[in-house]
Amino acid sequence: MVGGDLAAQMSPLNSFQGLIFALQQYWAHYGCVILQPYDMEMGAATSHPATMLRALGRRPWKAAYVQPSRRPKDARYGKNPNRLQHYYQYQVILKPSPPDLQNLYLKSLEVLGLDLMLHDIRFVEDDWENPTFGSWGLGWEVWCDGMEVSQFTYFQQVCGIDCNPVSGELTYGLERLAMYLQGVDNVYQLNFNGGEEEDKVTYGDVFLQAEEEYSRHNFIYADTDMLFRSFEIAVGACKFYLESGKSDIRHELVQPAYDQCIKASHIFNLLDARDVISVTERRNYILRIRELSGLCGEAWLTTEIGSF
Amino acid sequence: MPDFLLELFCEEIPSSMQESASHDLQRLVIEGLSDAGLKSNASVLCSTACRLTLGLSGVPEKAEDRFVERRGPRVDAPSKAISGFLESAALSAIDQAEIVRDGKKGDFYVARREESGRQAVDILSALIPDLLDSFPWKKSMRWGSGSLRWVRPLRSILCLFGHSGSKMRVVPFEIEAIASSNITYGHRFMAPAVPIEVTYFNHYFVQLKEAYVILDPAVRRETISREARKLASAQGFELVEDEGLLQEVSGLVEWPVVLMGRFSSDFLTVPPEVIRTTIRAKQKCFVLRDPVLGTLAPFFILVSNIFPRDGGAEVIKGHERVIAARLSDACFFYEQDMKIALESRNEQLRAVVFHERLGTQYERVERIATRVRSIAARISADLGMASRAAWLSKADLVTEMVGEFPELQGVMGRCYAEAQGEAHSVARAIEDHYRPRGPRDPVPDEPISIALALADKLDMLTAFWSIGETPTGRKDPYGLRRAALGVIRMILDRELDLPLLPEIDGNKDLLSFFLDRLKVHLREQGFRHDLIDAAFMPQGHSDLLVILRRVKALDEFVNTGEGCAFLASLKRVGNILRAAEKQDNSSFGSLLDFVGLELQAEQDLFRHLDRISPDLDTHIARSDFVPAMVMLASLSPLIDVFFEGVVVNVNDMALRETRLKLLARVRSVSLKVADFFRIEG
Repeated sequence: MVGGDLAAQMSPLNSFQGLIFALQQYWAHYGCVILQPYDMEMGAATSHPATMLRALGRRPWKAAYVQPSRRPKDARYGKNPNRLQHYYQYQVILKPSPPDLQNLYLKSLEVLGLDLMLHDIRFVEDDWENPTFGSWGLGWEVWCDGMEVSQFTYFQQVCGIDCNPVSGELTYGLERLAMYLQGVDNVYQLNFNGGEEEDKVTYGDVFLQAEEEYSRHNFIYADTDMLFRSFEIAVGACKFYLESGKSDIRHELVQPAYDQCIKASHIFNLLDARDVISVTERRNYILRIRELSGLCGEAWLTTEIGSF
Repeated sequence: MPDFLLELFCEEIPSSMQESASHDLQRLVIEGLSDAGLKSNASVLCSTACRLTLGLSGVPEKAEDRFVERRGPRVDAPSKAISGFLESAALSAIDQAEIVRDGKKGDFYVARREESGRQAVDILSALIPDLLDSFPWKKSMRWGSGSLRWVRPLRSILCLFGHSGSKMRVVPFEIEAIASSNITYGHRFMAPAVPIEVTYFNHYFVQLKEAYVILDPAVRRETISREARKLASAQGFELVEDEGLLQEVSGLVEWPVVLMGRFSSDFLTVPPEVIRTTIRAKQKCFVLRDPVLGTLAPFFILVSNIFPRDGGAEVIKGHERVIAARLSDACFFYEQDMKIALESRNEQLRAVVFHERLGTQYERVERIATRVRSIAARISADLGMASRAAWLSKADLVTEMVGEFPELQGVMGRCYAEAQGEAHSVARAIEDHYRPRGPRDPVPDEPISIALALADKLDMLTAFWSIGETPTGRKDPYGLRRAALGVIRMILDRELDLPLLPEIDGNKDLLSFFLDRLKVHLREQGFRHDLIDAAFMPQGHSDLLVILRRVKALDEFVNTGEGCAFLASLKRVGNILRAAEKQDNSSFGSLLDFVGLELQAEQDLFRHLDRISPDLDTHIARSDFVPAMVMLASLSPLIDVFFEGVVVNVNDMALRETRLKLLARVRSVSLKVADFFRIEG
């Protein structure tokens, strides 16, 4: 691989990592801070505090990052061609949403190598909602020749609080997009590094074993006693931090408290995948997390950054 | 007269909202103009995914002059009141006001002046931003740093006014940092990315067509429909028509380009409903049918928003790939599902909560199975088959396929039941027990299906009533109104002799809910509201079919001469009784004894009542209301003769009471047939 053609190797049409690099460059050029993934397990890139908390308050904010997303229920033992319990989202958040956001997005597709006179790009109504975090927005899923490649949302409420100004959020489903760009039908066949022949590393080489192991874990072995206890611990800690961080003017422990919401939410998703939560209980769990995330959101608005 | 042109250009509007929004826009502009004294003639109405367009022609240049009158304070009012009046009426001195004489309340001032009509442009530039600010979107949003709510971000506003054939000028206003202009934009991808300047009314439509925008949704629908049929027949197939999908898809494109793709015929082993739902719901594509075999063809029709440079090869390839993946998912689900006997799935229903306070789906199946037996017995449906169908009715809820496509519930149950050797009518009932799914969906026709559909809906209603979860106002999360209407339609359309009260566990409150729904249903069927009221007997009947028959008979009766005459006679009876009962503060029972009747007219009336009573009762018992009413009508000449020859309110109190009781008997006999006193006119 040493001494290969770097441009070809890093083309989004040839490699998964090339796709990520191209997006990083595009949005860096636009002026976003390029962040790294948040170091916690979460169901979607939206839960990253760089989106969920930064979407609140008046301070402008432009950020982009890759976030691994965990969906325990979507585990398929590596057998499904495009469903994964761990996958990557590329997240862009722009606050306030700029007037030319749709065009910015379309240009990013062109940068990735999609010819907009060859492919049918469509904005199809899809309203986004995350009841666990009391958040919702209106927007679309973006279709490329009938395949959903991104979510496009104007946040209206986050943590139960009205967004003002409104953030625009773009979420690229990286594997889907890469499959489209590389012309591959099975996610595990994606070329990860853009190498050829023996230098080629596939998505399967990197993740297939993990998908198999986590499928067993999510559906059979995940220790539910431990998880039930962990849920309560996270909830308890969140409340404790929310209480302890209170001061006369500013809240001083919002992010540690919010981390516990992220944790509780992931534990809940695992318990849900293990099928040990009944429908009634399900609602209660969601309401408990929603209440805490709402309190985090309110506390955030009293912080240095949030109260701007 | 001048024309008016308004185009609201915004990011993609959900397909389902486009046409209703353009109608709202039309209504609000026309109402707003007419409130301001401007009547317009014809209008053009268009919508696409990115714009709402309204064109009005024949809008007057200015509103007509108006005479405005403002009433002021009394002439002796304190000076503060007078000066306030001067200010509000825009007068400089009080002698500009007139004095109106009023002997009772005192003389007062009136300001009268002629207000010249405002210019249409001025009216519009105030009206349009107001209207945008409070536009009735079902669901709307904010964006950026603004506060305006619109369905998706509003990007530009073209707003022009002027005489046709001459240059139109911009109606100036600004909203949310968008200034109205004479600028619009063409197709997002196909038109060059330069603004389009509009000067003439008619040019607008041409200019946009040149910029690859077909403004009229009906034209887009026709184009799609025509092209799709053409492509289908070129392959020897026919399009499976789908109005809902056509409507939706035509709102997703500004320039429809219809293309055809194919999928492997291996997929055709799964039921056609599954293929169609997969391709329709997830991909918004049409399917084709082989006209000879009647089966689906391995092709689909897609509608693209661009005419791709390569003629569509890439777009088709992309869709084919996604559809193949979707269908292989569906095939996988189908094969997995087929491995498990439908019957054995009921155990899984123990883990599926129907409602937290109403137990599991398993318990619901048990309830439905019990209920279906009593209903089947009453409507002569096969008991064994009905029970079997009930037992299997919810088993498909835990199949993979229904998990993926909830809209296939019932359909999959039927497919799996048939494939696993259940009797045809059992399988049929599993699918049909969800019917009618809406007000226009036909009711089931086979007795087993009807019995099961009734049992399902009656269980829903009684169960939710038992925990107090009843519809309130616009909230009806469990679709109980629809369920009740379904029951009503089945009973009426299939003429079921099924009194409701025993079937709803004697619940009076639920019965009155049913009767309210029945009233609404009958009104929608075109029956007069007072006839409906008259058909609902005060004692509260739970046999809906009887009510329907009564209202039909009334509808016929009141349109005959005899009917009208009877109603008039009966009205006199009612009036005289009401007055006497009010005076005496008591009510009169029916006269059953001939003794005491002195005059021929009253004796004749009594005898006639005696004569018709037995037959009348028989007719009523059989719900034969037409002959019953004809029979009542025969009382009318006797009543009239009675009123001509007999004085009711005589001084002899005993005689008066006898006569009133005779009339009370007329009343009570009539009320057995219908509550005629509720009929108006």
